[in-house]
Amino acid sequence: MSQHAASGSASRVKVLNLDNMNPNVRKVEYAVRGAIVQRALQIEKELKEGVKKPFAEVIKANIGDAHAMGQKPITFLRQVLALCTYPDLLEDNKFPEDAKQRARRILDACGGRSIGAYSTSQGIECIRQDVARYIEKRDGGIPSNADNIYLSTGASDAIVTMLKLLVCGEGRDRTGVMISIPQYPLYSAALADLAAVQIKYYLDEDKCWSLDIAELKRAVDAARQHCNPRVICIINPGNPTGQVQSRQCIEDVIRFAKEEHLFLMADEVYQDNVYAEGCKFHSFKRVLFEMGPEYSATVEMASFHSTSKCYMGECGFRGGYMEVINMDPEVKAQLTKIVSVRLCPPVPGQALLDMVVNPPQPDEPSYNMFMKERTAVLADLAEKAGLTEQIFNTVPGITCNPVQGAMYTFPRIALPQKAIDKAKEEGHVPDMFYCMKLLEEEGICLIPGSGFGQREGTFHFRMTILPPIEKLKIVLQKISDFHIRFTQEFS
Amino acid sequence: MATLNPQVKAVEYAVRGPIVTKAGDIERGLQQGMKQSFTEVIKANIGDAHAMGQQPITFLRQVVALCCFPELLESPAFPDDAKQRAQRILQDCGGQSLGSYSASQGVECIRRDVADYITRRDQGVPSDWNSIYLTTGASDGIMSILKLIVSGRGTSRTGVMIPIPQYPLYSAAISELEAVHINYYLDEDDCWALDIEELQRAYLTAKQQCQPRVLCIINPGNPTGQVQSKKCIEEVLHFAYVENLFVMADEVYQDNVYSPDCQFHSFKKVLYEMGPEYFNNVELASFHSTSKGYTGECGFRGGYMEVLNMDPQVEAQLVKLLSVRLCPPVPGQAAMDVIVNPPKVHEPSYAQFIKEKSAVLDVLAHKAMLTERILNSVPGIKCNPVQGAMYAFPEIFIPPRAIQEAQSLSVAPDMLYCLRLLEETGICVVPGSGFGQREGTFHFRMTILPSPEKLELLLRQLKEFHLRFLEENIVPSAQIVLNPSRQWPSPQSSD
Repeated sequence: MSQHAASGSASRVKVLNLDNMNPNVRKVEYAVRGAIVQRALQIEKELKEGVKKPFAEVIKANIGDAHAMGQKPITFLRQVLALCTYPDLLEDNKFPEDAKQRARRILDACGGRSIGAYSTSQGIECIRQDVARYIEKRDGGIPSNADNIYLSTGASDAIVTMLKLLVCGEGRDRTGVMISIPQYPLYSAALADLAAVQIKYYLDEDKCWSLDIAELKRAVDAARQHCNPRVICIINPGNPTGQVQSRQCIEDVIRFAKEEHLFLMADEVYQDNVYAEGCKFHSFKRVLFEMGPEYSATVEMASFHSTSKCYMGECGFRGGYMEVINMDPEVKAQLTKIVSVRLCPPVPGQALLDMVVNPPQPDEPSYNMFMKERTAVLADLAEKAGLTEQIFNTVPGITCNPVQGAMYTFPRIALPQKAIDKAKEEGHVPDMFYCMKLLEEEGICLIPGSGFGQREGTFHFRMTILPPIEKLKIVLQKISDFHIRFTQEFS
Repeated sequence: MATLNPQVKAVEYAVRGPIVTKAGDIERGLQQGMKQSFTEVIKANIGDAHAMGQQPITFLRQVVALCCFPELLESPAFPDDAKQRAQRILQDCGGQSLGSYSASQGVECIRRDVADYITRRDQGVPSDWNSIYLTTGASDGIMSILKLIVSGRGTSRTGVMIPIPQYPLYSAAISELEAVHINYYLDEDDCWALDIEELQRAYLTAKQQCQPRVLCIINPGNPTGQVQSKKCIEEVLHFAYVENLFVMADEVYQDNVYSPDCQFHSFKKVLYEMGPEYFNNVELASFHSTSKGYTGECGFRGGYMEVLNMDPQVEAQLVKLLSVRLCPPVPGQAAMDVIVNPPKVHEPSYAQFIKEKSAVLDVLAHKAMLTERILNSVPGIKCNPVQGAMYAFPEIFIPPRAIQEAQSLSVAPDMLYCLRLLEETGICVVPGSGFGQREGTFHFRMTILPSPEKLELLLRQLKEFHLRFLEENIVPSAQIVLNPSRQWPSPQSSD
């Protein structure tokens, strides 16, 4: 990675070295692209160079990237993007009229009618209005104000911005942020970066990873001894766990947030990824408002969405938004100020998001193809979710909760004591040792549960359900076989 | 507000600050039928070329469209060279889709293309693609490096040297990271040149209160537009070498050089030419963007940085930090690829590409000169040559009466000036106080981006406004005499 040029005089210490760099950055970890992925890339390179391995390819089931695993983009979305990018195509009769109409509308809202112009820092106004309407429609008519919508560079951007706004105080007053264990490690990374205090609350593995209010209370009470708890983060549908919280649970969380005076951050990027029978996505906003003004007028909240997941899988475009509820107006002005420093989120991503919230309607020419593609993607994911749970649960030593939603499975793996000891000998956490071995022997890249957090003494891995179904079956078989081998080897 | 992160509160970003908010309000008012003495707001506050009518480069948009919607690879309406580039990019994307996350450092073939571009630009000075990081605009790379570096407490807190005037991303980042601002003044009397003695002064003063570790320089300059001489860059690099400073070279305007007497010299190339002791030791990060140059693709948020001599362990930390945000927007990466890998002489799109590129740069050069000339014809305005970049940063004489008025309103005098300008003419520019300036001096930054016709109109209206402003503040314009040693005359008559 560094310059290959010969280094200079030995006496010269680097201006920027490990000891004088930002110590918070050193504490940041992000397992989804961590050590095991780096090894996977190395192996891939070796394969390309002709090195012999017991497998022909590395299957990267570490990251929620649908297109990388073969999922196709939604045609309509890409048509509109192409039209916005190269407006000459508006004269091309191969593009449907509804796509052209949307492209024109977006271009009309861009400076100089170009997606190359900066947008306002909150995002193109007509797109924010479309987002607000989408939210209203989704939430049974509960009003959404475009002024409370901030388009962002993926959901991650908005999440980090909110945390940045919220974290303050010193010592015992330092802001504490409640995060689920297991969690998507963007949260822990952001908190490390901001030197905020992590307050961990454990999801209940025995109850399908559901949220237990008593556990929330335990966590916050304990935290009050050494920090100032001010935020609670919840991911629904969950990552890595895939649980879809019940409406009752969401109400309980909102009530808890109010009682404990916490800002609620609701990560809802998987809102279209719900597979299990009997499960339904309930937006935090909708539940909040249905609880009446005592809550809807007071609880401060931000909800996040993205173009990277659901049926679109447009990770590379870095599209997303957040909706803020009941934010102090002066703080909102500060929020607007801080996002202005980065000018604006990528306009192609904003355009893509617009299509997500403003898709073809039943009376429009592209509707049929759009619905066909959308349904196919979601049905495929649902099938793979079911298959994954089913196959893993046939393996002695692997326990897999239902993949109710999202894109991952997070099964618990039983590791023999000898393996745990061997791992420690080699300086690895046991589930990293397991995953590394799987990678070296089968070319399958998963992320160890330690990267997401888990109860002490338990081990897991996170695998995506994104490979095409035939490949997924093979992967599931290989992991199952590996697990049995591993267990035998270390018994 | 009491529980808001205090570092956030400290952040200011004038380019989209209060005056721009006001301009937006007025614009909305106009749309709703409110009457003003002007029919449109001219937003000369932000370096956004397309918003002011500059056309995208056809080839670039063709390649990106092909990447977005690969079905177009079958279309006869697209030239082969565009298709070839699109296919090459898509080949390196997961699932051959722009919608996949790329590696956190960026798509590999694009990074290689960037390295090749740099090597060509610097006449053979080698660039390692492993040291290239694609970023979400240059701002993202700049923030990441600053975040990496800032550490320490109290008197060992990292100090960051920034030019005054500067592009306020830097001051905003420093505030946010709670680093220490170390201001070094560019020399307005010498075309905004960098003066080494001034660097040394700033450094030595700062050393008492903090640990200076970073030196930021913008070349060509924003807002000042100066293009630093090779000698100056050498002196800066030598200074950084001696004082152990990490150099951050913001070179996003490297294609925007207008003055025939000026030439862009990359920090990296100059460093190389200073010999191995410098080239192998000075830690340098150089930044570029798709937002400026001749493509003006701000909305794509494309950019890159090249790091030189970074400690390998720190570089691993950098990669880790970037991985949390997954990757920069892939369409922006594709746009960057076209910029560093444009049509070659023998390729079908070359002629049109060169024509469009030249047209954009020629008109910018013309507007740079026009702006300087007209502003300098106004009594009470003095404008240094706009050697490069996209802005003019003229000094304005603000009469004492107006200064007093500003003080009574608790606004900076140049903010008052700009607000009045906006209210009377609809022209939105940014007060110099947003960029920093020597105490007691006032400036504004305007872009040179409106079309030549609109720009002339803008400048004419600005001139008229300025003369009115002087008159209203009881300084007869005929009595303003521009004094090269910049001693503004006091008004002949008093209140």
